[in-house]
Amino acid sequence: MTEAPHIEVRDLSMAYGSFMVQHDLNFTVNKGDIFVIMGGNGCGKTTLMRALIGLQRPAVGTVFYDGEDFWQVAPEGQERLKRRLGIMFQGGALWSSLTLAENVALPLSEYTRLPAGRISEIVSYKLALVGLAGFEEFYPSELSGGMKKRASLARAMALDPDILVIDEPSSGLDPLTARRLDDLIVELRDSLGTTIVVITHELASILGIGNNSVFLDAETHTMIATGDPRIAVQSGDPRVRHFLTRGAA
Amino acid sequence: MPQDHDRRQWSLASSPMEGGGQELSLGGRWCLDQDLPAADEVAAGLGGEVRCLRVTSSELADWDSGFVAFLTVLCRHCAARGISVDQEALPAGVRHLLTMAAAVPEQKVGRRGQGSENLLVRVGTAALSLAHGAPEMLRFLGEIVLALGRLVAGRAQFRMGDLWLEIEEVGPRALGIVSIISFLVGLILAYLGADQLRMVGAQIFIADLVAIGMVREIGALMTGIIIAGRTGAAFAAQLGTMQVNEEIDAFKTLGISPIDFLVLPRIVALILMVPLLTLYSSFVGMLAGLIISTTIFDIGVFEYYTETVRALELKHFLVGLSKGSVYGAMVAYAGCLRGMQCGRSAEAVGEAATSAVVTGILLITIMASLMTILYYQLGI
Ligand SMILES: Nc1ncnc2c1ncn2[C@@H]1O[C@H](COP(=O)(O)OP(=O)(O)OP(=O)(O)O)[C@@H](O)[C@H]1O
Ligand SMILES: [Mg+2]
Repeated sequence: MTEAPHIEVRDLSMAYGSFMVQHDLNFTVNKGDIFVIMGGNGCGKTTLMRALIGLQRPAVGTVFYDGEDFWQVAPEGQERLKRRLGIMFQGGALWSSLTLAENVALPLSEYTRLPAGRISEIVSYKLALVGLAGFEEFYPSELSGGMKKRASLARAMALDPDILVIDEPSSGLDPLTARRLDDLIVELRDSLGTTIVVITHELASILGIGNNSVFLDAETHTMIATGDPRIAVQSGDPRVRHFLTRGAA
Repeated sequence: MPQDHDRRQWSLASSPMEGGGQELSLGGRWCLDQDLPAADEVAAGLGGEVRCLRVTSSELADWDSGFVAFLTVLCRHCAARGISVDQEALPAGVRHLLTMAAAVPEQKVGRRGQGSENLLVRVGTAALSLAHGAPEMLRFLGEIVLALGRLVAGRAQFRMGDLWLEIEEVGPRALGIVSIISFLVGLILAYLGADQLRMVGAQIFIADLVAIGMVREIGALMTGIIIAGRTGAAFAAQLGTMQVNEEIDAFKTLGISPIDFLVLPRIVALILMVPLLTLYSSFVGMLAGLIISTTIFDIGVFEYYTETVRALELKHFLVGLSKGSVYGAMVAYAGCLRGMQCGRSAEAVGEAATSAVVTGILLITIMASLMTILYYQLGI
């Protein structure tokens, strides 16, 4: 890779019908960032994610991946850009008719020429990374909520994507597992150079691993801050400090 | 609203204070299992000159959410009219709950795109959605045709295993219901024919009626309708649930076409299996005709058999099989279309299943008429 992958969001507005969820978002994600999207419940974080990954056309504005305008390139170009993304949905979105192993293996068998034996090794390794070794043959309906989330992360990581987009990884996880997941995210960034965009409410994660962020406000329906959350909590906008200190400041 | 001061009943008394205020004293028992007064009526009962309301509860015996809900609504009405409410005399627990309920102001979002609309708006919306529906159906049809093209060219993201699973699900598992219905329909046909043909003394032609009727038309029609109810609804519910769980989105973000991966196996399975079920249905129907004719109407087994063989030609089978294929395609199309259009709730999945059956049967009926006319014109 010669060009550093970075994402640039320009004048982005998203709406459901006439309801404007967020408007005029402008921010950049640099290569190797752990970028946190934060904001109160219902402010539009998941909606922003859907616009970033090409599931929902923005009302106005666009997203650039390495200078390429996602919403302007031809469909083949969009497919190529999408293939650089790994996505973990808020609800897991595991394919219910496939076992965990098949869930993780499907992207591999679609986009690589690896023989079946190699694929199943990779699948076991990815599941082990998220603490689910031994659950290969389970169906999603046989897992707990937190396990589904972790399995979904394993699937998102299957193709070693350049950019990993994660919607609320730690909600529903016990504190130790949440901590392990944070460590895993940092490890992925450090070892593979993966850029990580994570939606989270977990203060420990935001301040512990995030090095860049955007804060969406539910009342004004736009962003009120972007940058390092650790700086924001000390000297940023009062509303952001209020949020990041659980209302103490 | 005078109530006796029984401690098992609520009481509410309102008296003016000096300085333009009003005192509202609440007493007795205020619980949800009682017929509590409406807060908006109490608020409306306050005179227009009242600027300050003091709520007291020295006589209060017992309270639960009913009491707090009453006060919440009362406070909201008072706030709207610029009346200040003095809550100092209320129990501490009630005051805390009221503060918490007021902490986050009511959001001015409303239910978007909902609410009561007048008839004209509803007619207009229905017409618009119908007008949008047709291009959407055509687009989906186009996508399927393209995907079938990819399948033939061997470039579709298609797993053989999924096709086998679907084939098993829609074919062999439907044999029971197809048998029962086809047998009963064959029986009805035989009785119907026997009654009419007896008048001209040509009862042996029951065999012709049942054979040609079942093979050309009724086998395919019955199978189509059974499959619409059984498999079309299942397709819509499966795909709809996948839509709700964002499974379809997960395919899209991976660049795997949900049409190739989910819709193609289902469509191909039905196109292959419905003609076979049609053939089976025709034989069961003819068997019923044979049993009825030989046991009730005194026609010999061999006689019935030779008459059937004489009546049936290859073209009848081809007509029946072609109809079966088309009906199968219609059911699969309707089921997958409604499933992929499904919204993001349990209710939407139910609607998708219902709509899949309705659309499927409608399409079958339309195609049945068109093909009958076409084959008649062609003289087949
Ligand atoms: N399909 C939809 N149709 C209409 N409005 C929607 C739809 N999905 C979400 N919304 C609205 O958009 C807003 C943002 O929703 P979104 O799911 O993006 O919030 P979020 O920030 O991810 O919240 P959470 O932290 O609870 O996950 C909400 O007000 C919600 O009511
Ligand atoms: Mg969300």
